[in-house]
Amino acid sequence: MKQNIDNKQNIYTGAEIFVKCLEAEGIDLIFGYPGGAVLHIYDALYKQSKVSHILVRHEQGAVHAAEGFAKSSNKPGVVLVTSGPGATNSITGIADAYMDSVPIVVFTGQVRTALIGNDAFQEVDTVGITRPCVKHNFMITDVKDIACTVKKAFYVATTGRPGPVVVDIPKDITEDTCEFVYPKQVSMRSYNPIIEIKEDVIDMAVNSILTCKKPVIYAGGGVITGDASSDLTKFAKYLNFPVTNTLMGLGGYPGDDNQFIQMLGMHGSYEANMAMHDCDLLIAVGARFDDRITGRLDKFSPDATIIHIDVDSSSISKNIKAHIPIVGDVKDAINKLSEKIVKKNLKTKNIDKWWNEINKWRKKDSFKYNQGDNIIKPQFVLDNLYKVTKGEAFITSDVGQHQMWAAQLYKFNKPKRWINSGGLGAMGFGLPSAMGTQLANPNSLVCCVTGEASIQMCIQELSTCLQYGLPIKVINLNNRYMGMVRQWQEFFYDKRYAMSYMDALPNFVKLAESFGHIGFKIEKPSDVEPALIDAIKQKDRLVFLDFITDQKENVFPMIATGEAHNKMILS
Amino acid sequence: MRHIISVLLENESGALSRVAGLFSARSFNIESLSVAPSEDVTASRMTIVTSGNDAIIEQIVKQLDKLVDVIEVSEITSDEHVEREIAFVKIEDKSINKKMMSEFSKNEFLKIHKTKNNEIIIECVDSPEKINIFLDSVKKIAVKIVRSGTVGINSN
Repeated sequence: MKQNIDNKQNIYTGAEIFVKCLEAEGIDLIFGYPGGAVLHIYDALYKQSKVSHILVRHEQGAVHAAEGFAKSSNKPGVVLVTSGPGATNSITGIADAYMDSVPIVVFTGQVRTALIGNDAFQEVDTVGITRPCVKHNFMITDVKDIACTVKKAFYVATTGRPGPVVVDIPKDITEDTCEFVYPKQVSMRSYNPIIEIKEDVIDMAVNSILTCKKPVIYAGGGVITGDASSDLTKFAKYLNFPVTNTLMGLGGYPGDDNQFIQMLGMHGSYEANMAMHDCDLLIAVGARFDDRITGRLDKFSPDATIIHIDVDSSSISKNIKAHIPIVGDVKDAINKLSEKIVKKNLKTKNIDKWWNEINKWRKKDSFKYNQGDNIIKPQFVLDNLYKVTKGEAFITSDVGQHQMWAAQLYKFNKPKRWINSGGLGAMGFGLPSAMGTQLANPNSLVCCVTGEASIQMCIQELSTCLQYGLPIKVINLNNRYMGMVRQWQEFFYDKRYAMSYMDALPNFVKLAESFGHIGFKIEKPSDVEPALIDAIKQKDRLVFLDFITDQKENVFPMIATGEAHNKMILS
Repeated sequence: MRHIISVLLENESGALSRVAGLFSARSFNIESLSVAPSEDVTASRMTIVTSGNDAIIEQIVKQLDKLVDVIEVSEITSDEHVEREIAFVKIEDKSINKKMMSEFSKNEFLKIHKTKNNEIIIECVDSPEKINIFLDSVKKIAVKIVRSGTVGINSN
């Protein structure tokens, strides 16, 4: 392929135009894996230096890495993979980004337009396969459409309720040529992410806020995505209302603040779930009432007036009917409420009695555990991780018990520090998302909390970590079980532990070493804190800490599927 | 409750699949669906007949509206509107007596087409209820029934 330097006509190949579009969009880092259909693009990437490329070891890793990058920064994540298996391997990550509203753009190669539909080598209907799990997708069928499609893709992915956008590019389009002009603006008549918030619902909400006696603010991931953490915190502090976060919302309100009543839901705190059940006003902010939050729908906050603020109108009254629906940008909505309450210095009712009740529930200390002298409790590792990192680390997580313990015990004081797979619950997310997080925050400490089952789903990315010198600290809570599966089998299947035992585990220390990293096995409670301190001191190296933990520990509290918030199993 | 939802969407490849996929993915009912060009050459209009309680219909409208290709969504059955459907019924000549034939000919909503194979095709354009009544009256002698699905427009 010829490169057109100093090109007076401004004529370039599709592949060159594609790379120029990324540059124009301010993208300087992408994650990917080459293959036949994208070779022209890889050649164009090779010939320039503005956009760098991280080579993963599996396309699922590329998408999770892009998610980690996006979730821990203010930039979208970008992925480039080939057609066929390249595209299908990226589906888990795309579905994950869809569930958790992560702004990523995934570019997939496609066979030549003349071959589409002919069952060509490495052909799949990528647009068809990804349709149910993207915010939107495109196929480019003309080189002249590359620039405006790339522009639209980033616009759709990053505005409104963010989400993944897939752009499928047939190989011949990347070798055709045309003039390069990157559009300055984009407007789509069928897509208007800016929503004017209605005044009447704001007034109704103000009235409810000023007259309630038992309020709860239930804040989700939308507070973080909508960059509204500090606005919400100020507003909640003024009102003196209790705040609970969803799994996705952690860090959106300071975890060590006295008004924070911890995470809610299936494995949420006693005080958060009891407050949800007994409240008379529920202010849902950027949250979507998912089934792990609501439990039994007909017993959900039975006496509450529900205010629901969300940028996605289809999230409102989907599972739980909202009495006061506020559709619009979360930051905008909170500021509008603040203007009518805080600026006018209006006073809410005295809620001391409500706080007394909440403080009684708090005394149950529902995340407590007993650390003895011999076996390491998994919670103890996370308590120590919080202590030695002073709550300042970026924590990525895989999926399972370790994820819940991390969510319960690590107090996140800042948004975008807790990176996990909430909606999809995709094991394998932890390590690659830590890579993206580390690349977005090169001077910060990034820890991946995982388990011996989850880590094996994307273990190949240890190789990527070596190639790019990513000094991630892997905190492997090794209980030799798929812990969450085992917990459900213990509770609901009469202890028939079908396939939940991880037999024939690798020696993780040697495995880490064979990938060129440092590995330690920790078996005694007294070694936990020193091991963490030593690992963090290794500023330039990935350290894999294999903590051998109690096999039978369970996550409490727990609300069984289909139960009400006040029906928690506490131990 | 039966509802008609009218959707104006970009004339992009795959737009129909997005709508059909949304209905199957979220377990919404589709009783009929028709799609054709609109007054705007770059947009198509889709008419979907569906059923569900108010909460389901609210979700259907919101989810459709959320699709990036969808320009406009309206539920037209809750207000004054006109709706029509077309049905073709093929009947063998030998199944029809003179009295029936003269009734068909007198009905202003019906048109009769003759085929080369000793059959007639009755074309019926009417509201879905009337079409149902007509089809009930001929279903014993019909060889084939083809229905278009409903289209509708608000009339206030």
